[in-house]
Amino acid sequence: MAVVELRFSALPEHVRTARLVAAAVARRAGVDEAVLDEVRLAVGEACSRAVGLHQISGITAPVKVALIEEEKQFSIEVGDEAPHAAPGGTPGAAQDGEAEIEEDEMGLAVISGLVDDVEVTTGQDGGRIRMTWPTTPPTAALV
Amino acid sequence: MDLSLSTETVGDRTVVRVGGEIDVYTAPKLREQLVELVNDGNFHLVVDMEGVDFLDSTGLGVLVGGLKRVRAHEGSLRLVCNQERILKIFRITGLTKVFPIHTSVEDAVQATD
Repeated sequence: MAVVELRFSALPEHVRTARLVAAAVARRAGVDEAVLDEVRLAVGEACSRAVGLHQISGITAPVKVALIEEEKQFSIEVGDEAPHAAPGGTPGAAQDGEAEIEEDEMGLAVISGLVDDVEVTTGQDGGRIRMTWPTTPPTAALV
Repeated sequence: MDLSLSTETVGDRTVVRVGGEIDVYTAPKLREQLVELVNDGNFHLVVDMEGVDFLDSTGLGVLVGGLKRVRAHEGSLRLVCNQERILKIFRITGLTKVFPIHTSVEDAVQATD
């Protein structure tokens, strides 16, 4: 397993950097060229969501992105440190942030529409989106 | 950065040509442009997306916001896009049913319904 990790301050201008790095590592890992656009978009959505959550909650900690190359698969984990309501949570907790929540949901809708293998976990200490794509074995790619 | 915007009036339509990447960083500039156009009385907009390399949900949100604004004045917002990777985002979010999407600016400018 090989890992590239990226940590960036929760600022919108850095999301593009995360997209570029993720796409470069995904390409190297053997993710199909035709899927790279989806990788770029999905990681951008996950990072935009994390940036938004940090900004709304006033969290100064960076957003974390892990790009994980494993046998036959490539995964991206985007982690935030925003406290999420427990599943089934507290209604009316963030009425002011309605617009942000709508955008947040749209981002998640795009991710789940794009990526077949996606896992969203949330807790009091933050949330994580893990997205996985199959890869072509490097030996086959070289032939 | 990496977002270019230009506008042109064609008959009663205002064509907004967008180029580059529309994401969480650049989308506010597009929002400002659309708000300004509507505030100046331009209620029939055609957004030409042929020069757009990247579009995410923040960009979709801005376009939906623009549509809401022009509709408040009985206006219209039409898109021009032939790029499969951009069209795909409209499809998976169901927004192809919300926006009229045309294959050329000429077509969008002449469209009436």
